[in-house]
Amino acid sequence: MTNRPQTVGSSPIRKEGRDKVLGRAQYIDDITLPGMWFGATVRSSIPRGRITSISFDPAIPWHEYTIVSAADIPGENTIVHLTKDHPCLAVTHVNHCQEPILLLAHPNRAVLPAAVAAVHITYEELPAIFTIEDSEKKEQIIWGEGENANTFKTYLMQKDQKPIPDEVWQTADYIVEGEYRTGAQEQLYIENNGVIAEYDPEKGVTVRGSMQCPFYLVHALELVFNLPAEKCRVIQTETGGAFGGKEDFPSVIGSHAALLAMKSAHPVKLCYDRAEDMAATTKRHPSRTRHRTAVSKDGKLLAGEIDFAIDGGAYATLSPVVLSRGTIHAPGPYHWPHLTVRAKAMATNIPPHGAFRGFGAPQSIFALERHMDKIAKVVGLTPEELRRRNFLGTGYRTATGQLLKDPVDMQHLLTRALEESNYHAKRKQFDAENPISTIKRGIGFATFFHGAGFTGSGERRLNSLVEIELTAEGRPRILVSSTEFGQGTNTILCQIAADALNLPYEEVLIAQPDTTLVPNSGPTVASRTAMVVGKLVERAAESLLASLAPFLPPLLNRARSRAAQYTRTQFCHAALKYLAQHGSLKTEARYQSPGDIFWDDNTYSGEAYPAYAWAVYVAEVVVDTTTYSAQVTNFYALQEVGKVLHPILAAGQIEGGVAQGIGYALYEKCLWRNGHLANNQMTNYIMPTSADLPSIHVSFEEVPSPHGAYGAKGIGELPMDGPAPAILNAIEHATGLAFNEIPLLPEDIFERMTRIPTSSTEDLDPIIDRDTQVETSEVSA
Amino acid sequence: MRSNVTEYELTAPRSLDAVLQILADSPDRYTPIAGGTELMVALGAGRLQPKKLISLWNLKELRFIEVTPDAVIIGAATTFTDIRKHPIVTAEFSILAQAASWTGSIANQNRGTLGGNIVNASPAADSPPVLLAYDAAVTLVSTRGIRTIPYRDFHISYKRTDLAQDELLHSITLSRNMHGYTTYVRKVGTRNAQAISKVAVAIVASSNHGVIESIRIGAASLRETPARLVATEQSLLKQKITPATIAKARAAILSETIPIDDIRSTAKYRSVVAANLIEEFLQTL
Amino acid sequence: MQADRGKFEMTRVALTVNDEKRIVETPPMKRLLDVLREDLHLTGAKEGCGEGECGACAVLMNGDLVNSCLVPILQTQGAEIITIEGIAIDKKLHPIQQCFLEQGGAQCGICTPGMILATYHLLENIPQPTLLQIQEGLNGNLCRCTGYMRIFNSVLAAAAKATPQSETQ
Ligand SMILES: Cc1cc2nc3c(=O)[nH]c(=O)nc-3n(C[C@H](O)[C@H](O)[C@H](O)COP(=O)(O)OP(=O)(O)OC[C@H]3O[C@@H](n4cnc5c(N)ncnc54)[C@H](O)[C@@H]3O)c2cc1C
Ligand code: FES
Ligand code: FES
Repeated sequence: MTNRPQTVGSSPIRKEGRDKVLGRAQYIDDITLPGMWFGATVRSSIPRGRITSISFDPAIPWHEYTIVSAADIPGENTIVHLTKDHPCLAVTHVNHCQEPILLLAHPNRAVLPAAVAAVHITYEELPAIFTIEDSEKKEQIIWGEGENANTFKTYLMQKDQKPIPDEVWQTADYIVEGEYRTGAQEQLYIENNGVIAEYDPEKGVTVRGSMQCPFYLVHALELVFNLPAEKCRVIQTETGGAFGGKEDFPSVIGSHAALLAMKSAHPVKLCYDRAEDMAATTKRHPSRTRHRTAVSKDGKLLAGEIDFAIDGGAYATLSPVVLSRGTIHAPGPYHWPHLTVRAKAMATNIPPHGAFRGFGAPQSIFALERHMDKIAKVVGLTPEELRRRNFLGTGYRTATGQLLKDPVDMQHLLTRALEESNYHAKRKQFDAENPISTIKRGIGFATFFHGAGFTGSGERRLNSLVEIELTAEGRPRILVSSTEFGQGTNTILCQIAADALNLPYEEVLIAQPDTTLVPNSGPTVASRTAMVVGKLVERAAESLLASLAPFLPPLLNRARSRAAQYTRTQFCHAALKYLAQHGSLKTEARYQSPGDIFWDDNTYSGEAYPAYAWAVYVAEVVVDTTTYSAQVTNFYALQEVGKVLHPILAAGQIEGGVAQGIGYALYEKCLWRNGHLANNQMTNYIMPTSADLPSIHVSFEEVPSPHGAYGAKGIGELPMDGPAPAILNAIEHATGLAFNEIPLLPEDIFERMTRIPTSSTEDLDPIIDRDTQVETSEVSA
Repeated sequence: MRSNVTEYELTAPRSLDAVLQILADSPDRYTPIAGGTELMVALGAGRLQPKKLISLWNLKELRFIEVTPDAVIIGAATTFTDIRKHPIVTAEFSILAQAASWTGSIANQNRGTLGGNIVNASPAADSPPVLLAYDAAVTLVSTRGIRTIPYRDFHISYKRTDLAQDELLHSITLSRNMHGYTTYVRKVGTRNAQAISKVAVAIVASSNHGVIESIRIGAASLRETPARLVATEQSLLKQKITPATIAKARAAILSETIPIDDIRSTAKYRSVVAANLIEEFLQTL
Repeated sequence: MQADRGKFEMTRVALTVNDEKRIVETPPMKRLLDVLREDLHLTGAKEGCGEGECGACAVLMNGDLVNSCLVPILQTQGAEIITIEGIAIDKKLHPIQQCFLEQGGAQCGICTPGMILATYHLLENIPQPTLLQIQEGLNGNLCRCTGYMRIFNSVLAAAAKATPQSETQ
């Protein structure tokens, strides 16, 4: 007998892949339950106001319908995330367009739209606010009071918990300032949000649907129905994309469907169509970041002041944690002798913003990586050299004071990425060609990190649990609440268990997440599944093996995990023997915080994340001066993510994330008109098609991490962070114009290119230059 | 918000005559539906006003491409795929085939018809600029008879056409006299594929020793209807391409276009880019 | 089903779906997508947008790729429809399906049925497509997960595989 080759590191077929290519995978809208009705939502048509009347058009046979209002809620009228500010259904006031007010159900799906339109609601309108600036003015207080007026959360993060000494500013060679903005972004999963709910007076509520975090919904239902967790059952069905858009939102739609099911005494399916999903559900938080940086002549960052503000929309939802991740990522992979980050999440009368891949980090990283190119220009260094002089490395401390113990080599990553992309030669070539062409080409990059797992003490609070059981046939089955929505959760967890149990990958099963059957292994977010949950699967598998040891061939009694040698059949015999004697076997593993991880929420210091992924992304662009449109023509994504568990899935994650990042930078704009999303259709919200994306070259540097299963770190969110700044840096190279806001559309490029020439240098204005005259226009590559 | 399909009627007569008879007889108006790539979108969005529809899909009398010595005649219910696959169209009317190739995706081109594109009368549609540049003629048919008019007279005002209530668009005729002409078409959309035009320009021109002898310019999204840029054409006729002519042409474009700000772009962007496109073409002459 | 009571007559439509003759009684403007999903219980075609943009609902109609959300059922009278459920050959994966599986062409899988039908249609028309032709052939099928790279690989692999066998279907 030989050791089976590891499946970790190879690319077995994804677990549920066969059903997907056959069209057999059952997404929520594919499922019909006996006696099922359909639900619909009556929503506010104004961004802010008091409801003065609700009337029902007599043309509709209302007796056929179930109508739910807030008065029908048996428990609390709240959708709980971090606070209870968010009503399940509006009662007296509405705070954003599309706010749910009433719910309808009917056996016939086709009649619902007309019924929704036949509910007439009048309002006394109140002045609404739509921007961070309006919110800051506090002329209209739409949320909270006093210090918290319009402010969901603030953080103050200071290097060594000390303010920046005045003399740093006074003596710095340069002070470079900049303001950077990012827009809202729609997740645009191709499957809309949807659920089916059932209610039984004895058994309680059951909701199945498209989602990332079944236990979040359990928690929401407990409050809305005033039921214990055991009576709130949630089942995740095949999920057609999520990207964060099905992290917090299912708590809303799931509660709504369950209320309709209770009142109608029928199962109720509530699936949004595209227009409703886009208009009413969460998006990525828009942001504004202001940088003020003290730099020395030789390009050393001396101190940084970063003001980071995000627009949270009308209710807090997850804004405090989005803000937190954005704050911690704001200083990037650089060493800052002094740093202050002031962060705040502001309220506006826009539908609440929520989770989206990257979770605050893409916003603050965009700002920083654009700002780094600006600093380089001011100081007269290349973007490369400036970064090289400031990179963090092994043994350094991050801005939160975390000591980087694991190997970190950004210098090497940068060298490799620039080589692989042929950066230097291209830069020269484009510099030579651009002056004589209407097509301007450019190349730029961004260097960044992304923390894996929950921020700070989050993982300790989650206290995740994973189980593995034996089926009656003697096969191992993983029980987790971690969900599959395309990223490959099912596959990698089975790979990890297979290796830990020394079984072929095909032998390992994974249960459908059903909260009555699986333990809470935490939400499927924050790039935590491979690293945190994977590690628990590995440990649970090891303990399963320990239980089976007496039944395995004697020679191997003491053999553990990967060293074990037995055949699949021997394992199965052992399992059946165990089951014959003991009836069943289920082992578990609970999260144990590594001893050396400490985080202080008050001072915002400590080990922010157990591990970081590090990356350098290089973008090549063309800007056509006839149409002012920019396109990415080539993209290189190099990252260090620990051990790559499944190369095909991992590359697929990176490519998909880069594609979303390109959309974020150049195409996807949410157009708000008086608080309404005006382009809530796929025809007007422009995501990249197969004809819009460049070749995306993905490479990995594998440095196994001690934290994750088999050395894995997080990978899911990372690729969202780098594309936007790399692309805008490349556009600056191509055109000489510094753009500091995304999405950057042709109309924006047009405005700048056709602006009266005198104002074109205005862009480098907020620079204090102490001793030399800065040559701002010419920076050699 | 979806429409309730049970409120709609659809009939599919087997012949063109039968369709025309229904259109003539019916006191309440039927709306033709060909490939449905406009009307079914409206249905899906709950915006489809007409409740009685009559299908033209696959009617043999309307789905054809006929080649005569002088002309190519394209039936109104001919799909963009039919057009792209036709050897004479692609050889002699390449910018029509080109425009067909970017009218939505392959699935859209398999269903969308040239007639639907014209009658729908969107100022942003892709085939009208090309048909204007080719100076196509359109043939309209009803039980009252057949008439053929220049396509440039077809669009009257925003979404209004010369088509009478009982009439159908029968076919589009292109004269096979393109020898010696230079053609140009460029669409500037919101992305490379599946995009609605922010602006598009199609040009058919001939020149002799650098002097423009004839030029026709069709454009999308610059006025409330697909537009022939007559003033711009006039400014270029009998001219040599110099910076001064180009400047005059650019001024003419501004004088005869009234682009708008909308969800997809801005008026300023549209007019400047249209001028850039025309200039791009002129530089190649 | 109550859904189908309306002001107008129901129509009888006879069509072939995945080589089986089917007759449906439906309102004539009902979308082919809904007839497939609700009346024929073939849920492989998905609704991603309902406006012809995403291609998740794509099926073949008389061999042509169409978005079934934009086809009124009456226009399928006598037509042959192939859905994702009809692509596998004798319960075995079609080479295109196999390649999507092996190459990582399906992530969340919601775009996959449409993507596979678009690929099928592309390879019928252009058995050995270039990358550019693949990009064009699939540009009506939006995928939010993959960034398309692995889908292109899947199509290329299927094209390579299909060279000798494709005649047999
Ligand atoms: C996803 C998508 C992408 C698209 N992309 C583009 C694009 O890039 N460029 C573009 O220009 N268009 C685009 N379109 C619009 C549409 O495909 C075209 O306008 C198409 O040509 C419409 O033809 P149809 O036969 O499908 O129209 P239908 O919807 O059947 O009809 C459209 C209108 O024309 C009338 N009509 C049709 N035929 C006749 C006739 N013979 N006589 C009288 N009236 C008639 C109908 O009554 C209706 O008012 C797109 C549509 C979709 C859904
Ligand atoms: S659902 Fe038909 S194209 Fe999107
Ligand atoms: S695999 Fe998820 S949308 Fe394509």
